[in-house]
Order: sequence, then structure tokens, then C-alpha cells
Amino acid sequence: MNVTTMSSAEPTRRDFLYIATGSVAAVGAAATVWPLIAQMNPDASTIAAGAPIEVDLAPVAEGQVIKVFWRGKPIFVNHRTKKEIEEARNVSLASLPDPEPDEKRVKAGKDEWQVLVGICTHLGCIPLAHQGPLNGYFCPCHGSVYDTSGRIRSGPAPSNLPLPPYEFISDTKIRIG
Amino acid sequence: MSGPSTYQPRSALMRWLERRLPIAGFIHASFVAYPTPRNLNYWWTFGGILTFLLGAQIVTGIVLAMHYTPHVDYAFNSVEAIMRDVNYGWLLRYLHANGASMFFLAGYIHMLRGMYYGSYKEPREVIWILGVILLLLMIATGFMGYVLPWGQMSFWAATVITNLFSAIPLVGESIVTWLWGGYAVGNPTLNRFYALHYLLPFVIVGVVVLHVWALHVAGQNNPAGIDPKTEKDTVAFTPYATLKDAFMMAVFCVLFAWFVFYIPNYLGHADNYIPANPAVTPMHIVPEWYYLPFYAILRAIPNKLGGVAALGGSIVILAFLPWLDRSPVRSARYRPLYRQFFWLFVICCVGLGWLGSKPAEGGYVIAARILTIYYFAHFIIILPLLAWVERPLPLPNSILEDVLRSKGAAAVLAIGIALAGLAVTTAPASAAGEQPAPPMQRWSFAGPFGKYDRAQLQRGFKVYRDVCQTCHGLSLLSFRNLAEPGGPGFTVPQATAIAAEYKVMDAPNEQGEVKERPARLADRFPAPFQNENEARARYNAVPPDLSIIAKARTYERGFPWFLFDAVTQYQEHGVDYIAALLQGYEDPPQGFVQPDGTYYNKYFPGHIIAMPPQLTDGRVTYDDDAPATPAQYAKDVSAFLMWAAEPHLEARKRIGLQVIIFLIVFAGLLYLTKKKVWSEIEKPAEIARGQDPRGTTI
Repeated sequence: MNVTTMSSAEPTRRDFLYIATGSVAAVGAAATVWPLIAQMNPDASTIAAGAPIEVDLAPVAEGQVIKVFWRGKPIFVNHRTKKEIEEARNVSLASLPDPEPDEKRVKAGKDEWQVLVGICTHLGCIPLAHQGPLNGYFCPCHGSVYDTSGRIRSGPAPSNLPLPPYEFISDTKIRIG
Repeated sequence: MSGPSTYQPRSALMRWLERRLPIAGFIHASFVAYPTPRNLNYWWTFGGILTFLLGAQIVTGIVLAMHYTPHVDYAFNSVEAIMRDVNYGWLLRYLHANGASMFFLAGYIHMLRGMYYGSYKEPREVIWILGVILLLLMIATGFMGYVLPWGQMSFWAATVITNLFSAIPLVGESIVTWLWGGYAVGNPTLNRFYALHYLLPFVIVGVVVLHVWALHVAGQNNPAGIDPKTEKDTVAFTPYATLKDAFMMAVFCVLFAWFVFYIPNYLGHADNYIPANPAVTPMHIVPEWYYLPFYAILRAIPNKLGGVAALGGSIVILAFLPWLDRSPVRSARYRPLYRQFFWLFVICCVGLGWLGSKPAEGGYVIAARILTIYYFAHFIIILPLLAWVERPLPLPNSILEDVLRSKGAAAVLAIGIALAGLAVTTAPASAAGEQPAPPMQRWSFAGPFGKYDRAQLQRGFKVYRDVCQTCHGLSLLSFRNLAEPGGPGFTVPQATAIAAEYKVMDAPNEQGEVKERPARLADRFPAPFQNENEARARYNAVPPDLSIIAKARTYERGFPWFLFDAVTQYQEHGVDYIAALLQGYEDPPQGFVQPDGTYYNKYFPGHIIAMPPQLTDGRVTYDDDAPATPAQYAKDVSAFLMWAAEPHLEARKRIGLQVIIFLIVFAGLLYLTKKKVWSEIEKPAEIARGQDPRGTTI
């Protein structure tokens, strides 16, 4: 009786051992790799620094736009004039590249306050306020034109300037985030 | 590596690749089909373990480098941010720091294996010399890596070691200034050490490639020290040697995991948790355990240049080993006289290591000198003499014959124990003072299943706020930590309210003024003083920040307690010391000179402490029914400070248990697999035909 026939007579037990060892090794490898990947996620201090901020609206005059930073991103807080609100609403939605009514882009009863993430949806430059043919926002990098509601009208940007999460905690204070 | 490749690519894709870049065939020839002596014992697995550790250090090092800042003002805090805030940062840091110790442990075992079995002899001299170069690279890399956290030991080790070069006549001082990039160790030094510490491991990889290449040309040595003669003397590297390597790697990882998860600061120095202070030298500057024998040799020579030369010489002389030991017999198994001197050499090295941890005074200096002389005598006198006078035992006829003989137990286990003993005995090399050891308290967070007592942490926090906060900062902690898991267990609203009680400086307003505002969760605890001068003006002393003090203080445990500590996982030196110190005020003994404005404390080194006694009965009102006594206050605030220093302790111990159980199961499976695979070839054809000298029948 030689060794080879002995081994082929009982494949099941040996194979089970090899499969078991291999599976445990795979689990170990996955468990080892996970912390190496997880460490690149934002750490606890970065998450804490991204906590919501409160912005006082009282000093912002009508027609003025202020810029605050939240989670490293510029946020435009625009105290719109009546004219700007009208211009934003006197437009047919079908003609917009990214149709969205102005009423959906403000909080109820606070039509004059526009809070937008000030990053052009094309390639990430910061648009200039009260600029461009519609006196809305204009991005100097590649010429995207936004209206007084922050919606894209012409140029390469694909979508409207997004809204950050925010809410009014009083008539003159908002919390962003 | 010899002969044409036996690799036969099975798929069309592999055939295509093999014709253009025969890397698969190369790997097959070098690591799969490669003929390996069949009598290798487990001491041969340490090369593989070293390669694994090199990979582990590079990977953990690179991810740590994503978060570390190599500037003197930010380095220490960036390491603490890794420990506290980065996801699994504490794990990566402890893996890297303890990994360095494991690297040297495996490296020394690997070298001693070579010295015992004559693996440095013809034709393997170049392998050996490349190994000496690897040792030098490891020493340089480890030294520079230790400087990076910019603790007290980091800074002063950098100062001492760079100052060695000033011993060189004529150009010494210029070289030191050139190394420093300044007039003292400072930011330029730290920055360049970081760059070089990142570079050298890849140089090590390159030299390892040369080392393995040279090995494959000569073939491996083996415990009998005789060359393979026939095919029956060797087996294919994979799966036979691969499985043995994998098994030992798993076992070694259990030891590694024991240190990382349960005693992560055992091999380190408490002083390195104190930020570097160029104005204050620690009482005892000691390197990490793996440099201690060389440190002892350096200090043993009374002459500055002589000491440096001896230090360098003690490593360089290793490169000459193939020419100093001329015996034609490789393995110490057949050299009974050499074997004894080998063990004497090991004892000498361990002895030098122990002496390196002691102050350079009195009897220690004499002993170090004797052992230094013996160390060099081993190479220069004993080895050449032995080759001349020794009568070796008869060698076996073949490796196969060596395998079939009864296998002697590996008495060389003692090497590993001696080295682990060196690592462990010299680790707690703190100042030998005449102050008594603090009593060992029972802590809820001690031991493998330790957890913080939330109520105790909250009480301790109250003691900190009511008593300590006026003078002592906690600036590495943020208010949000109070609500994080594994801590005092405040709710987020509670922590927010606590934060609001503190004032921090706001960002400049529109007029450019900087005003105070209430703190938020994301803010750190504000410091009680802006700078050291303000503290000194107010208190005549600088009250240390308490964020990490539980890890920055320790006391000498003495022999044999520090050995037991590695097993019992005693890591509470700091808190035992702090609790004792807070209650350790007493009247000075007769004749003791007590300077004005200081107090006598039994446990404080030197007994003269600037802090007045703080804990009195009823000083802090507790919300629960814990006794309002100084003993309780001391214990509670110490527990709180332990959490402040190690907020992830609970996660560390919990994950450690899972890892060690996993590794034991994995090692067991690997062992069974190895036994199964080897059993198919352990009875060669002759034995299967009934010619086994041991007479077993099939």
C-alpha cells in the first residue's frame, strides 16, 4: 500500500481542514484590512468640527450677501430684495435646465432669505454674487450663469446651486447643518 | 535557485504573460518549487516572520504618516490626535511601536540562529554581510522613528546619539551641526528624521531582496549544517516550508497581539508621554530595550571616541564572522565546545542589555567593562582558537539520515526566552529613587476584562473640576469626549451643558476683536494659563497638564515583579503613583531641608513638591453615596485621569480578546494543516517499503 492511494481514499477530512484554514485566513485578512481603510474616514475631531453652526441674520442688510463656512464649504446667505424675488418667480419652469420653483428653494414665509452652498456645480469654483446677466450669481471659471434663486440658466454647470440643511431657530437666526 | 523553471502556465493568459515577463515562473521557482532542506526546524521560520513584520511596519507606518505632523509644535499633539480621534488610530500606533520591538526580537533570534548553525560560513558570507547591513539599517530606522513623537525621550535620545558624532576628531562638531541643521536638536532635525525614517524601510526592502537572492543562490543552511546531496534531502518550499512559516507567524502574532492589546506601553518609557522640553533632561536617559547592549558598550569605555568606536565596532565585527570562525563544521550540534561558548555569548549580550538599563555608576560600570571585553574576545580570540583546538562530533551522512534519527528537543528555546526576558526585564528602566513604591490599588479597568466604572469616572471628573482644574489643564481632551462610549457616560445634552460652563476665545469678529464665548462640544478644555511664564509667576512652578499624566508617570517595579507584570498585564503604574502621591503628604523626617513654598511628599521623587496637599474630608460633594474621603477622591480622580489618558482602553481590551482567540484558532488550524501535509512525505519511499530503522510497519 503506498501513500497516494491512502490519501485519495479519504479526501473529505483533508479537504475540510484546508477549507477551514483557508476561510479563517480570509476572515483574518478582511478583519486586518478594515482598520487600514477605516482610518482614512474623517476622524472624530473633523466630524465634531463639522457640527451645525448658527448664523445671526440681523446684521445682513437687504440686498447683501454674506459668506460663512460650514464643513469647509462656503455658504451664501443672501438677503434678497423684492425685485430679486419677483425675477426668480417670473420664469417658466420648462425653460430651466434644472427646473425647480423658487418657492421650494426657501423656507416658508422667509422668501427673502436664500441659503445656498456657494460651490459651482460644474467644477467647484466659488461663483460671484450679484454678477452676470441676471444679476444672480456668475462663475468666472467657465461662465456658468445662475439666477437670483441660484438656479443654473446657461453655461456648463449641470444643476442648480444646492441648499445646505438649515432651519430657522428664530426670526433672525438660522442653524446650518 | 538552480535549473530551468518547472513552471507550466495553465491558462492562455498566463502563457502570454510568461513569454513577455516571466514573473509567475520566477515566483514559482523561488517560492513554490524551490528545494528546501527537509530537516529545517522552527528557528528557520524567523526570516519569514521578519518579512511579515517589515510589511506590517511599512503599512502601519504609511497610514500613520497620513495623520502625523513632523513639526516640533505639532508632532506630539498629532500623535495624541491619532490615539484619540483617528478611527482605529490607537491600534495603528500601538501596532507600529510594538511592531518595532517585535522586529528586533525576531531579528536577534534570526541572527543567533545563524550564529548557532554556522549559516554565515562559506558559501553564505554575503548573505551574512547583507544581514549585518540590514541590522544597521534597522537600528537607524528605529532610532529616527523613536524621535518622531517628540516626547522627552525622543528629544534627548536624538541629542545624545547625534552628539556621538562629535567624537570624530577635527570634523566632528561640523558633522553634528550638519546633522542637526541648527545649533541644537530642533525642527530641522525632526523634519529630516521624518523624511529619512520614511525612506529607509524601502532601502531595507531592497537589501532584503539582495539577501534572499544571495540565499537562493547558495541554498538554505540546515540544522545539520551539511549540504543536500540528493532529491530526498529536500522538499518543495510550498506547501511544506510555507505552512511551517505561516504557523510560526500566527504564533508570533499571538505574542505581538499580547503586547499591542494588553500591555502596549510595557516596552516603552513613561517619560516619552511628556512633551519634549529642551530645558529639562530626564533623570535616566535610556534607549529602547533593543539598543541596550550597544548602549552599555558605549558607556563602558571611559574615552569618548573610544566609546563610539566600540559601539560601531561591536556591530561591524559581526561582518567578519565568516573569517574569524574558521571551523569547517557549520552546525553547533556537532561542535560541543563551541556550543558552550555560544551560550556564554548569549548570556553576555543579555547581561550587557541589562546593564544598559542601569545608571552608569559603581559596580554596573565594572560589570559593563568586563562584559564588553568578553564580547569582543568572543569574536577576536575565542572563535579563531576554537576552530584550531576543537574536535567536532561526526557529521551525519545526509540530511535524510539526520531527519530519520530521533529528533532532539530544541533546547535552543532558551534563546528566545533570554531575548524576551531582556525585552521585558529592561523595559521598566525608570529612575531608581529612594521613594517607596506606591501601594497597588484595585482598579476596575485593570486586567484583560477591565472596564471603566462610569460612576467613578463622573466622580473623578467632579474632583478634577472642583480641585485640580484651577491649576492643571486637560488640553488634549474635548468636551465631546465626555459623551463618547467607553468614558464617563454623560449624555450629549449633559456634555453640552458642561461645555457651556467654560469660556474659550472666539474667532475674530467683524471689527477684528477676539472675545470670549461659551465652549461647545467640539472645543478642547481651555488651559488655566497661557504659557509657562504665567504659571511660574503665579505658582512658582508649572503645574503639568493632566491629559496624559497617567501614562507619563511610573515607578520601578524591581525584579522579579516586572516579569510577572508582563503576564498579569499590570499597566497601572501611573494611577497607583498618582493616587499615592495625592495622599502622600507627611511631615518631613528629622533634619530634612524643606525649601520655602514646597511640601514634603513621600512618593514624589526627591520628596520636594510644589503642590500643596489638596484632598481633605468633604472637599468635594459627591452626588452618589460614595464616601467623601481623601482616599476616595484620590482613587476617583486617578481613574478619571486614566480614562483621560487612554479613552479607548475598553475597545482595545475587547478587540484584543477577539484577536487573540482568533489567532489561537488560526494557529491551531495551521498546525493541523501543516501536520497533514507533512505526514504525506514524512515516510519516504524506503520506509514505505519496510526498511524503516525504527521498525514501524505499514
